[in-house]
Amino acid sequence: MESTSEKLSSPSMLSRINIRAWVSKVPLLGWLIGALIAVGLEMAIGTPLARALGLSKAPTLFGFLIMLKKPLLIPGAALYLLLIYLLPIGLIARFAAAALNRLAAILADFSTVFSILIHLALLYLALHLWSGLSDYRVLVVKLTLIAVIVTLSLNVINGYMGEFSCSHPGFMALGAYAASVFTVSLFVNDKLFGVAVLPAAIGPFFFPIALFLGGVAAAIGAMVVAIPSFRTRGDYLAIISLAFMFIVKSLIENLEVVGGPRGLGSQPDWANLPTVFVTTVICIWVINNFVRSTLGKALNAVRDNEMAADAMTVNTRRTKFLAFLFAAFWAGVAGGLFAHVLRYVNPSTFGIQKLAEVLAMVYFGGLNSVYGAIVGATSISLLGEALRPLEIFKWIIIPLLLILVMIFRPTGLIAFKEFDARQLIQPKK
Amino acid sequence: MVLLQNLINALQWGSFYALIALGYSMVYSILMLFNFAHGDIFMVGAYIGFGVASALIALTAMGAFALPGWLILVLTILFSMFLTSFVGMIVERIGYRPLRAAPRASAAITGLMIGIILETGNLALLGAQRVSFPSMIDTVTYDMGGVFVTNKKIMIVVVSLLLAGALHQFIRRTRYGMAMRAMAFDYVVVPLMGVPLNTMAAMTFALGSALAAAAGILFGVAYPVLDPYMGILIGWKAFVAAILGGRGSVMGATLAGFLLGFIEIFVAMIFPSTLRDLIAYSIVLLILVFRPHGFFGEAYSARLRL
Repeated sequence: MESTSEKLSSPSMLSRINIRAWVSKVPLLGWLIGALIAVGLEMAIGTPLARALGLSKAPTLFGFLIMLKKPLLIPGAALYLLLIYLLPIGLIARFAAAALNRLAAILADFSTVFSILIHLALLYLALHLWSGLSDYRVLVVKLTLIAVIVTLSLNVINGYMGEFSCSHPGFMALGAYAASVFTVSLFVNDKLFGVAVLPAAIGPFFFPIALFLGGVAAAIGAMVVAIPSFRTRGDYLAIISLAFMFIVKSLIENLEVVGGPRGLGSQPDWANLPTVFVTTVICIWVINNFVRSTLGKALNAVRDNEMAADAMTVNTRRTKFLAFLFAAFWAGVAGGLFAHVLRYVNPSTFGIQKLAEVLAMVYFGGLNSVYGAIVGATSISLLGEALRPLEIFKWIIIPLLLILVMIFRPTGLIAFKEFDARQLIQPKK
Repeated sequence: MVLLQNLINALQWGSFYALIALGYSMVYSILMLFNFAHGDIFMVGAYIGFGVASALIALTAMGAFALPGWLILVLTILFSMFLTSFVGMIVERIGYRPLRAAPRASAAITGLMIGIILETGNLALLGAQRVSFPSMIDTVTYDMGGVFVTNKKIMIVVVSLLLAGALHQFIRRTRYGMAMRAMAFDYVVVPLMGVPLNTMAAMTFALGSALAAAAGILFGVAYPVLDPYMGILIGWKAFVAAILGGRGSVMGATLAGFLLGFIEIFVAMIFPSTLRDLIAYSIVLLILVFRPHGFFGEAYSARLRL
């Protein structure tokens, strides 16, 4: 890289390489603090600045919605984006990089766990303040975080284990309904389940239990798919999982106890941003440890060659069984969160369309990679929101994008990459 | 009586599944890939049939030529099959040919996405309102001792059986059919023997799409309301039938298509119709658990390309 950059004489090429050079010097801490400052700036002067630039209010989603709706306002929205977000982040990254590197080094030397917690706190603070400015943003952030959980858990089966599982909407549905039935029947006065048994005040403490129950319900359901997976692989397993998804959807439609096709509503409003954020962080932590453990490596061995893995003393049945149950558990947790964020679920939410969405996230981001799952889920959900003004053309652009990704990077954008939080928080030299 | 009546309904319902499942099955036998856009090709075929039929009817009404209704129907089916086969070839060219060397799941994703593009494209072009399929032949109901059979039902079953039979003969008797069978036997070596892989792949997609178009038109004749999402559910169910039939088996796919039709209709007859999907898929799941390679599939699986 060094020798080629000297040969390049065109100024634009040089400046691009320079940007890359100084971007690579900024530690994660720098980006987080930059984002925090940008958000603070938006809170302080966002609305007046937007008015001055001719916008009716501060852009909710980085100005994409405004730009697509009213092309005349593009310069204003772009300028807003530049002044509020890009400039502060860029300046912090450019001029405070050295100091922040030293700070990151001190933190990392002091204690890795502490440093990671500080990073997470900064990230949460930025997200919290940013989404605090409008209800729409809160919803987008929550749904994106839930999408990360779902994508990550599907990546365990489709990426790390190499099966093509279509059952994730079914697992989500099981989790969503199990968690909702638990909370609604115990804490809410409801037409379906009657009067609340326990006072609503202690309810939020039971919310983790509800999510756990949702996960367990999904894991129990996953046995229907996991046990046939001992004998069959590949396409036939794909069909079994697809059939499972149809069965779950149809089962719930026929269960009048939980509302049948009309759905189940009036979930308590406990899935606030901190809860969703903490659950997502725990999920990333647990799944990352899982896939880096012996069991996770055994999964890769089963994917690459089941017979060879068996010969190398991998207990293939146990591995597959656990992986299915584990992935389904997290899908169930995500389903429980999903139900409590929207505070209404109905069976048709968890159909083919959901499946296409989740699969798109997994394969867009990249197989066998925690980074990939995070990137895929975030970009597809944000893209889905940002392109909303295009209405149905959104569903032409996103699939086209995905086809291009598949053609040029068949395993997804960031595939086969290990996620290491310890490395992430290191200062950059 | 009720039993016989439902048997006839099941035959009609199963023939849609059978025709669509054939497309899945053929592509699978040659490329070891599933064409997940196939359900939407069925939808496109139905719409193309709608366009062709409307044009022919309009021409007849203007007095350009005088054609009886059944001839218009036959022409519509043939012409739409021809046109839709190009849709299939385009899908293969865009979504599958660039991904020959990629993992199989990636191709499944491109297929899925092309399906979404076809649905949305249709929605963008024609709008959200449903179109009603023109009726080309009058319904005649025959009363056979309490069992009512319409001429349309007979026509649908006969046409789909004819098409499936024609495909079977094509694969058994012609050189191209022989090449397809060879390709299904060994995907890697046969192209080295001079069989052009790209031509065969395009032809397979074209044939499958033509059958899907026929299914679309027959569907339009039986249930004359078309909407852009009609291909999703029926397509995925036909996919299940294709798997049930076994890898790349024409007979298997046809039989499994009819079997799925029977299961669905008879479940709806015995139980409340809301339980139809639940029981039908539970049966499918049980069949696959005990017979993991389908009815006619061989035990060696997608080992070559996994």
